[in-house]
Amino acid sequence: MTLKDGKTGMTLRVDSIGESGLKERLMTMGMLPGTKIKVLRSAPLGDPIAIGLRSYNLAIRRKDAEQIQVTAI
Amino acid sequence: MSGSLSVALTGNPNTGKSTIFNELTGARQKIGNWPGVTVDKKVGYVRHNDKDIMIVDLPGTYSVNARSPEERIVIDYLMENHTDLVVDVVDSSNIERNLFLTLQLLEKGIPLIIDLNMQDEAKKRGIKIDVKKLENFLGFPVLLTVARDGSSLKNMLNVFTSISMEGYGPSEKLQAHIAKAKEIESTVTDEKSRQEQLIELRYAFIDEILRESVTFSHVGTTTSEKIDHVLANGILAIPAFLLIMYAVFQITFEWIGQPIADFVDELVNDQFLGWASETLADAGVADWMQSLVCDGIIGGVGSVITFVPLIFILFFCLSFLDGTGYMARVAFIMDPIMRRCGLTGKGVMPLMMGFGCGVPSIMGARALDTEKDRMLSIMAAPFLTCGAKLPIMALFAAMFFPDDAANVVFAMYVVGVVMAIVSTKLLSHTTFKDDNSTFLLELPPYRMPDMKTVLLETWDKGKGYLVKAGTIIFLGCVILWFLSAFNSEGMVKDLNDSFLASIGSVIGYLFVFQGFGNWEAGAAVLSGVLAKESVVSTIGILYGMPDISAEAEDAVETAEVMLGTGMGSAFTPLSAIAFMVFSQLYTPCVTALGTIKKEAGGFKWMVFAAVYMFVLAWVVSLLVYQIGSLLGF
Repeated sequence: MTLKDGKTGMTLRVDSIGESGLKERLMTMGMLPGTKIKVLRSAPLGDPIAIGLRSYNLAIRRKDAEQIQVTAI
Repeated sequence: MSGSLSVALTGNPNTGKSTIFNELTGARQKIGNWPGVTVDKKVGYVRHNDKDIMIVDLPGTYSVNARSPEERIVIDYLMENHTDLVVDVVDSSNIERNLFLTLQLLEKGIPLIIDLNMQDEAKKRGIKIDVKKLENFLGFPVLLTVARDGSSLKNMLNVFTSISMEGYGPSEKLQAHIAKAKEIESTVTDEKSRQEQLIELRYAFIDEILRESVTFSHVGTTTSEKIDHVLANGILAIPAFLLIMYAVFQITFEWIGQPIADFVDELVNDQFLGWASETLADAGVADWMQSLVCDGIIGGVGSVITFVPLIFILFFCLSFLDGTGYMARVAFIMDPIMRRCGLTGKGVMPLMMGFGCGVPSIMGARALDTEKDRMLSIMAAPFLTCGAKLPIMALFAAMFFPDDAANVVFAMYVVGVVMAIVSTKLLSHTTFKDDNSTFLLELPPYRMPDMKTVLLETWDKGKGYLVKAGTIIFLGCVILWFLSAFNSEGMVKDLNDSFLASIGSVIGYLFVFQGFGNWEAGAAVLSGVLAKESVVSTIGILYGMPDISAEAEDAVETAEVMLGTGMGSAFTPLSAIAFMVFSQLYTPCVTALGTIKKEAGGFKWMVFAAVYMFVLAWVVSLLVYQIGSLLGF
């Protein structure tokens, strides 16, 4: 599954981040294969979503979240 | 021991770095620009233990890969200037990600003082950092601070004046890490995979640091999460946002800002003006000089000065909200809406300011991620109904639609917003096509803003407006006065003989098909390019009512007076609408144009904005008038 499919409250582990202009920025901000992510909530209109990782929260658009392969844990 | 000391502050965004800077230096700071880019350069001064300390607040960045202007500034500054001390401000409650920058700087051989800030928040979140172990692990000194706590900042200054960095150097573990990083740099040739390997190496090392010197204990849901559950979750978030924005506008235009503005208005336009004209008359100064000082300068600049309190209060509110972390939530909840309009969620805050004044709104665009987002936001801001356009709308609505004035004014706000969207769509498909906008935004915990920081920010943004009132608008007033008081034969008694009337009538021809092809409207349009505040005052002067108020709440009274003048017959309700639409959309004032030149990076964008917006306004007002006529209005 991808991060886009993550439901609120789910904890996920990142498997891989697809190639995109955002990849290096995401990695710099601590999202690496193996990192645990919690899906916190989505914005009122469903997009973007807020995720928690490495003790901080990040907002990411669903379109970009689709590039991130994850496994539910 | 006396002497001087230079200190650079670096760190991630949202770490309280600016709070430390503002608390340490107070008002003893200079804000300028880094050469060639629109990034604030902040330098402050403080004297402690007989030493003059100069502190540079570098822009907050997550890394120093030199990808953005901010990152380039940080790394260039640290590599080229041999600052005595470099302090890396770390948000202790978010130490994992913050240490990334720390490691990157240490790899470059920059000796750091690591400041673990926000100790209070870390404690609340169950994060405990062993300072001694962290110091030993890296080999560099570690400080603990709570940015708003005076004693911890005093301690910081004591460390600045007493520490000698000579005694510190990378530990064996750090040396081993740096060696591995060097190896990756020299052996991996593909830029992309080299960067990725380096990032993975750094986070692996960070994990080691955390295992050694940080303990995480589980605590329940944080307060921030609870607040977000209301303010950034579900459908309730949108009315909450509207309510907060409504409060900001009420505070600015009703509760606090307007009463102060009225007071200043009374002070400048009644008392000071009265005093000045009497004094000049008593002193026997020439008539033209009296007219220049009283009608031109005090009248013109005075109308702008009364506007200053509104601007300051609005900025105060927005800076305050920004300091709480709420603005990041606004970007979060508004992103889907903004994206459909061709903009990004992060553009909400700068554009909100556009309802106060276009200048800070245009400047605010620098916070956006991509060139395209910045340019689109800059080009959208001038369409909004700024505080100076509001009196135009209020006057015309009250005169020609006495029963529906509020609805008509509201409709003009909508026209501004709709045209901002249409124009953004248009430009994003034509002029600024390239590069896909992305959206990655940290949602920092809610915090009580540091008042010193809020006030300094308010002052910094508002100051520009004061300076402009004293320069461009001052000059504009003198020119306008000259044009209205003279013609080629000298000073005129009747305005109808002035230069302004001749110029206005030429401009008026442009608007024959919009229904307001009279010279008075033409002159008003011209003066609106100097400052939108001048439109109403010009109309007042031209129709023989120089004292008409430019304030919204007096519009009804003013409207009754104005209907009795030539203005009542010069416009029909339909041509009044066309004029309002045109005023809403056309060329921004010179101050805004100057800001566009600076922020958009060039003269050509300023000219583009001026011409493009004029043409757009001309076409839209033409359509309004012609279609309205066809429909029989």
